[in-house]
Amino acid sequence: MTDTPETKPLDSTRDKPFEPVMIGFTCNWCSYRAADMAGISRMKYAPNVRLIRLMCSGRLDPTFVFKAFAGGADAVLVSGCHPGDCHYATQNYKAMRRFHLMQRVLAQMGIEPARLKLLWASAAEGQIFANEITKFVEEVRALGPLNWNTKPNAVEVPAEIPVEEVQA
Amino acid sequence: MSKPKFAMYWAASCGGCEIAVLNIHEKILDVDAAFDVVFWPVAMDAKYKDVEAMPDDSITLCLWNGGIRNDENEHMAHLLRKKAQILVAFGSCACEGCIPGLANFSSTQDMIDTAFSTITTDNPDNIRPQASYAMPEGIITIPTINPILKTLDQVVDVDYYMPGCPPESHQIAAVIDLVIAALNGKAQLPPKGATIGAGNSTVCDECPRKRNVKAIKEFNRIQLMAADPELCLLEQGIPCNGPATRSGCNARCPSAGAQCIGCYGPAEGVVDYGARLIAAFASVIDSDKPDEIDKILDGLVDPAGQFYRFNLAGSLLRASKAAQTPKIG
Ligand code: SF4
Ligand code: SF4
Ligand code: FES
Repeated sequence: MTDTPETKPLDSTRDKPFEPVMIGFTCNWCSYRAADMAGISRMKYAPNVRLIRLMCSGRLDPTFVFKAFAGGADAVLVSGCHPGDCHYATQNYKAMRRFHLMQRVLAQMGIEPARLKLLWASAAEGQIFANEITKFVEEVRALGPLNWNTKPNAVEVPAEIPVEEVQA
Repeated sequence: MSKPKFAMYWAASCGGCEIAVLNIHEKILDVDAAFDVVFWPVAMDAKYKDVEAMPDDSITLCLWNGGIRNDENEHMAHLLRKKAQILVAFGSCACEGCIPGLANFSSTQDMIDTAFSTITTDNPDNIRPQASYAMPEGIITIPTINPILKTLDQVVDVDYYMPGCPPESHQIAAVIDLVIAALNGKAQLPPKGATIGAGNSTVCDECPRKRNVKAIKEFNRIQLMAADPELCLLEQGIPCNGPATRSGCNARCPSAGAQCIGCYGPAEGVVDYGARLIAAFASVIDSDKPDEIDKILDGLVDPAGQFYRFNLAGSLLRASKAAQTPKIG
């Protein structure tokens, strides 16, 4: 797909002061219910994280994380059931291994590892979930905007390159 | 009736794709019989203005190899897009950036310094190329560099993709046969946007090595061990990119005793090549303990280089943060 102006990252539409844009992935059985509980119990926490529910943290394809960063997210949260408690037995260990490897790759791309967070939360831990999110938002606020922009080279293409022919 | 017209052009590339086309041996005579070669800088003399003078859509088939590194590449991509009916991103550089795209890990400054002022360069005055320079005879210009190398389809619309570094000769020959047959009404071209001259599965699918259970306690480097010649390399802890790589080469490298490094690019349906490999490699690590996982991962010395050797420019992130700072000092 050819680049179009519509694919601009989110930050260009952002007003000051900086409010981190964050994507959070939860699993259906624990962390989503924790988030739900935090909501139902009207616990206050920072509204910066847009939650996306997966069936299990093991469903987290690293593609989702890269897509979030490439699309303008300042940080990404990956959450699931506590080790040993995954509804699908051991899938959250797989998520953990992916998380460790992703952090290393992101660091090489110049994305601070702290912009990717792993959080275990059981269905009963609404308060912990809310507190951790607020903490994470503050950490990301301190890091500042990521401003991912891989299209800074919108070079103006001259209609014709000024080349002079040299007679052989 | 005049013959259909053929063009081939190179942008940021190594020249290997051109050699691969010549390497189809006597089949090249079929190309000559079926086409008028109107523009092919490696093989014949032609000027850009000759191409500019051609009517739009007058070139039937244009094979483009190389990434878009500077404004000359970009200009030629737009020009050949206008002049060609079928534009093929030919080879890994055009499809996904390939080795020239690895510069997307570094700032433009670092890239220029590496090219012009390392120990192997004889450049005591640290001279740098200037986009324009005043000579007594007048101002001379050279193309300006883009901070981020782009793939062909990030710049213009592409009809077909032909992966490989370089594409295998038998695949090139088959594609040429197909295009000639299609021009004679004897075959149909695949739908626009298709990948041609490659398979639809993964290198693993074509790999003859034996597979059991993939569960590894450490990553190994192939040059530092005596690898089992018949067992899957990844099972032996050797980082093999076969699970994410498109088939089409008959699993050349693992058949010959080396790991696949991914030159055929992402397999069908893979959005981000490195992300797929992260998923695959994380699955084979046999540990549930964060500390141990970290220790095992230390054995993977350059994960981003391992996962994006051919695909950085074509990946979702495209370039590192450093490369996104275009200032050149
Ligand atoms: S991982 Fe490599 S060695 Fe193993 S089956 Fe796939 S291509 Fe073959
Ligand atoms: S095995 Fe991998 S690196 Fe080797 S030729 Fe095939 S795709 Fe390329
Ligand atoms: S179901 Fe919650 S992590 Fe698997």
